[in-house]
Amino acid sequence: MRRFALIAIPYLWLVLLFLAPFLIVLKISLSDAALAIPPYAPTLKDGIGTLIAELDFENFVFLTQDDLYWKAYLSSLRIALISTLLTLLVGYPIAYGMAKAPDEWRATLMMVVILPFWTSFLIRVYAWMGILSNEGLLNQLLIWLGLIGEPLTILNTNTAVYIGIVYTYLPFMILPIYAALDRLDASLDEAAQDLGCTRTQAFWLVTIPLSKNGIVAGCFLVFIPALGEFVIPSLLGGSGTLMIGKVLWEEFFNNRDWPVASAVAIILLLILVIPIVLFQRNQQKQQEAEQ
Amino acid sequence: MTYRILGGVAAAALFAGAATADEVRVYNWSDYIDESLLEKFEEETGIDLIYDVFDSNEVLETKLLAGGSGYDVVVPSGTFLQRQITAGAFQKLDKSKLPNIENMWSVINDRLTKYDPEAAYAINYMWGTTGLGVNINKVKEVLGEDAPVNSLALVLDPANMEKLASCGVHFLDAPVELIPATLAYIGEDPDSQDLEVIGKTEPVLTAVAPYVQKFHSSEYINALANGDICVAVGWSGDILQARDRAAEADNGVEIEYYAPKEGALMWFDNMAIPVDAPNPEAAHTFLNFIMDAQNMAAASNYVYYANGNEASQEFLEEDVIGDTAIYPDAATLDNLYTTSPYGPKVQRGVTRMWTKIKSGT
Repeated sequence: MRRFALIAIPYLWLVLLFLAPFLIVLKISLSDAALAIPPYAPTLKDGIGTLIAELDFENFVFLTQDDLYWKAYLSSLRIALISTLLTLLVGYPIAYGMAKAPDEWRATLMMVVILPFWTSFLIRVYAWMGILSNEGLLNQLLIWLGLIGEPLTILNTNTAVYIGIVYTYLPFMILPIYAALDRLDASLDEAAQDLGCTRTQAFWLVTIPLSKNGIVAGCFLVFIPALGEFVIPSLLGGSGTLMIGKVLWEEFFNNRDWPVASAVAIILLLILVIPIVLFQRNQQKQQEAEQ
Repeated sequence: MTYRILGGVAAAALFAGAATADEVRVYNWSDYIDESLLEKFEEETGIDLIYDVFDSNEVLETKLLAGGSGYDVVVPSGTFLQRQITAGAFQKLDKSKLPNIENMWSVINDRLTKYDPEAAYAINYMWGTTGLGVNINKVKEVLGEDAPVNSLALVLDPANMEKLASCGVHFLDAPVELIPATLAYIGEDPDSQDLEVIGKTEPVLTAVAPYVQKFHSSEYINALANGDICVAVGWSGDILQARDRAAEADNGVEIEYYAPKEGALMWFDNMAIPVDAPNPEAAHTFLNFIMDAQNMAAASNYVYYANGNEASQEFLEEDVIGDTAIYPDAATLDNLYTTSPYGPKVQRGVTRMWTKIKSGT
């Protein structure tokens, strides 16, 4: 009985916060748009019989007929992948530096990584608008230094989106990698060097493979939210930035077509399930390895 | 002990809130009121005012159609108002609670009946036109002294846009504004509901879209005022606010507003009470307060939009009532057109076309 209760709590959590909303969205995705409150039909008020009779997969078929949707999914995947790689490239050296730093500094360094979270995410993204705009701080600095003559157009381009995502999600990359590197036994590195590795070889052959779990965890923590990101592309991106988050917004707000919007969301979820399952497997393997 | 006292106070506050519930929640456009009016309302009526803002009709409509928005007063534009009335989103106004309604201006009331035929659901708050905000010095620097600043050719002719791209152009992210304007530019009926006619705007807009730095419906106020961009297709009052902010900042930026000579869209923002408003009583009090001649004049003097309140006109400052960009003269007024809401199928076609224009897919 106690065991059952223990399992029931996380399952209840799952049902309440994931399965129930998912089923609601699924149901809307099978409905038709209508000019009413709420803006779709049929609803539960029409009775279960009509409800079931009138649901269909029309909206999913619609998504395959217009190339906008798969282009947006692909473009989101590309932006999420590139940002994840960039975040890894920036995050790994920072995590490595933190792990190698003297013990008494580590708490402070950790604090510095977490510190940006004390300010609202939205305000930080807005701050980047001030930095990256044509008359912004970055351009003023570069012109003052004499590096460029004309201001660079960074804001409202994909470059600004990459900067925004890398900046926002950097701590999610640093922390798991740092945790992995921190646990690493320094004597392994010494042993590799005693056995004839150069320092660079030891880093690539020993340190990187042993911090793989941290890298994988960090990459998933960045990739998954970046894929559905809406705020960063809409504030920093330009008209050419095509992301599924923005398409979803347009379906809801401009077309008032909740059913199609829900269908887009369902497919996004299905795309996300693959990396999430992979991530889960990785975590499980790691736990088994530790036991 | 402290905890208990704090807890007690919190409970009392909660209880008081629930018991009197005398608060009114207003959802209005951003940068759209003199904020001292909000304090004045609270002082005069003793009702707590919770004021919240949006920058697109679409956001408002989605909240209204989801139901339970929690707002008592909302401010949709004409075409959206009409569709929301059809969807049953509003309650009829109780005119006995709105004595100030006699201040309203019949000229605007008449035009509003296009959207609210029985004049039963809404009162006009502000109205204006959609046109061109121009950083006059920069544009002349780029295009020369004879730049067509009062024509849509400025932003719809690729030759001009190619040059303007270097100093920055923003368009409203609103197909319902840009498509009628483009139709007027190519000599079609701006209020066309025919997807085939509407489709004629696609090549025109696609040709200039690469030179548009951003499609956005509120950032251009600051961007114009700071000199980050040199042209914006935007709403009259917003551009006039940018003009004033630039003048205040004394940063050498000089902004002018032009209603395009090909014709300009005339729009109406109207106050209405959602059908599920928590406090319709207070909502009526707020509407009546807003329709007070002096209050309405204060709002217009602050935001540089014309209002639908005739009695307020004697309290308007000269640079508002005397400015033909705000209160157009008869000739300009003739050149203004209004639009009707798109049906669901046309709407989908329009949105899809808009996405294609903006992103190329």
